[in-house]
Amino acid sequence: MLELSRGRLHFRLTRPPVSGILRLRLAVVWLGAGLAALLALCLTVAMGSGDYALTPHGLLNALLGAGERADLFVVWELRLPRATVALLAGAALGLSGAIFQSVTRNPLASPDMLGITQGAGTAVAAGVVLGTGAGLAPQTLGLAGALASGLAIYLLAWKRGTTGYRIVLVGIGVSWMCVSLTSYLLSRAELYQAQKVLGWLVGNLNDRGWQHAGPLALALAVLLPSVLLLGRWQRTLRLGDEVAGGLGTPVQRVRLALLLGGAALAAFATAAAGPVLFVALAAPQIAQRTARAGSPPLTASALTGSTIVLVGDLISQRLLADSVLPVGVVTGVLGAPFLLWQLARANRTGTGG
Amino acid sequence: MTNPSLTATGLRLAYDDRLVVDGLDLAVPPGRISVIIGANACGKSTLLRALARLLSPRGGAVHLDGRSIHAMPTRQVAQRLGILPQSPVAPEGLTVGDLVGQGRSPHQTWWRQWSAADQDAVTAALVATGMLEHAGRPLDQLSGGQRQRAWIAMAVAQNTPVLLLDEPTTFLDLAHQIDVLDLVVDLNRRQDRTVVMVLHDLNQACRYADHVIVMKEGRVVAEGPPLEVVDAALVEEVFGLRCVVTADPVSATPLVIPIGRHHVGPVSGGARTTGSC
Repeated sequence: MLELSRGRLHFRLTRPPVSGILRLRLAVVWLGAGLAALLALCLTVAMGSGDYALTPHGLLNALLGAGERADLFVVWELRLPRATVALLAGAALGLSGAIFQSVTRNPLASPDMLGITQGAGTAVAAGVVLGTGAGLAPQTLGLAGALASGLAIYLLAWKRGTTGYRIVLVGIGVSWMCVSLTSYLLSRAELYQAQKVLGWLVGNLNDRGWQHAGPLALALAVLLPSVLLLGRWQRTLRLGDEVAGGLGTPVQRVRLALLLGGAALAAFATAAAGPVLFVALAAPQIAQRTARAGSPPLTASALTGSTIVLVGDLISQRLLADSVLPVGVVTGVLGAPFLLWQLARANRTGTGG
Repeated sequence: MTNPSLTATGLRLAYDDRLVVDGLDLAVPPGRISVIIGANACGKSTLLRALARLLSPRGGAVHLDGRSIHAMPTRQVAQRLGILPQSPVAPEGLTVGDLVGQGRSPHQTWWRQWSAADQDAVTAALVATGMLEHAGRPLDQLSGGQRQRAWIAMAVAQNTPVLLLDEPTTFLDLAHQIDVLDLVVDLNRRQDRTVVMVLHDLNQACRYADHVIVMKEGRVVAEGPPLEVVDAALVEEVFGLRCVVTADPVSATPLVIPIGRHHVGPVSGGARTTGSC
């Protein structure tokens, strides 16, 4: 298309650069790289600082398995599992939110708006108060509850196929039903039971160990590649069902697979860390706006989610050292203004979905 | 491109319990531009959606190159036939280049997501639609006409022998309507694509169609070259509108001039109603 021929400079560009695609890909790559660097920094701070401070040298030694026994204990038994849960839960929530938002074509859709997280809360409350599923840990109950409400939303929204719009409406209904049920259960609970349920309901990373990180890591190891493989279809789906169908996307099957994957990711994250609010809603939006993309980029959303939860947990541990502040409260306090800004923006431009 | 064959036999289409099309037969002429016309709710768009496999028929079948379209894998259909629905909506912030890139989706696989062939097809589509210079801009910053060109570019990048367009001129001003229709003719003539589109404007349909398909209440009542098919009797039968059909002074195709209840007669504002077909 372009030919420059002057002196020794001979230059021919047969394929003009398609800047729309190139720019987008570069932006997403840069965002990913920046987030990874930020995460590494946060991890170092999370590992090294606190009541038992470690020098960078001591931290490195401990991570490599050398060093003093106290250092090893603090790093490997206390801080690393907790940071790992924060990292993985954040990634799962960010990814889950990105999936829900692109599948429903609605920036306000996320597992904590559509009742997935609330389903987990109800299941845990029922377990503690009524003794349902006695002997099961809150982890398992939360997982079962979240998956059940995810499935319920999909089935209730089904009418010869589903649409993003119906999923959002039904999800909001399911969400409020779960919230009411949880409130009812709490009102019937003994004080110590209510305290236990509430402690779980705010989203908490205190006393998280490897036993919490394990199942979540396994779930991510399976779900992350599956979801990324569906990415090509996820991108056509955001153009609407008709266009996606015309582009050869098996619309209903892809939507079912993505929603189940997104619900499962949120379920495992909630089981491990409790319902850490707003991460799934805000992370994809922050990633999308930073990368200036047309829909939430999956990998960048996961990394953003990790960063938010890790930073939130650091704030809850370090800034208010005398009180034990659950991470869910911190992300909620940070996330609520973001949600309001998002709503105001959507109202102004008329793109509220 | 090889000549595609797209036919419908005994097609029955319905939304919920409402039967929209009942026993329709159609053979789309390959290599030509066919335009479906008819009154509102006569089943034009429904037929187009069924031809594109977006709607399952209650009875009958659509055949693409001799195979039932509903027995074919979705991806294979999308490699042979592209459809642009009426007024599609892009997510906020999506760039033209990214949108057009989605047109390559049916040619990609799990293990080969983006290739040089994809890049070439996207570039060619952007050049053919005159959108190359806008590739990096978000769709929401474009004019209505440019936006429609971008969507058409996506369908062009899909590189299918058959292109179905549902009212591609909706919400465009007259200059942009003609611009889009000229682009469709370019695609038909230069790239030998078979085009089927739904249009509202009878005069544009007559000018731009090689073949018109006239529908009424879910049936095809007439089809053929506009000059042979469109006359005042047909328009009255299909639209319930009296009119005069004359020759378009520019293209010599039929020009439909409607006769309403007012403003009929040589004096503007006069009360004479003696016009006839």
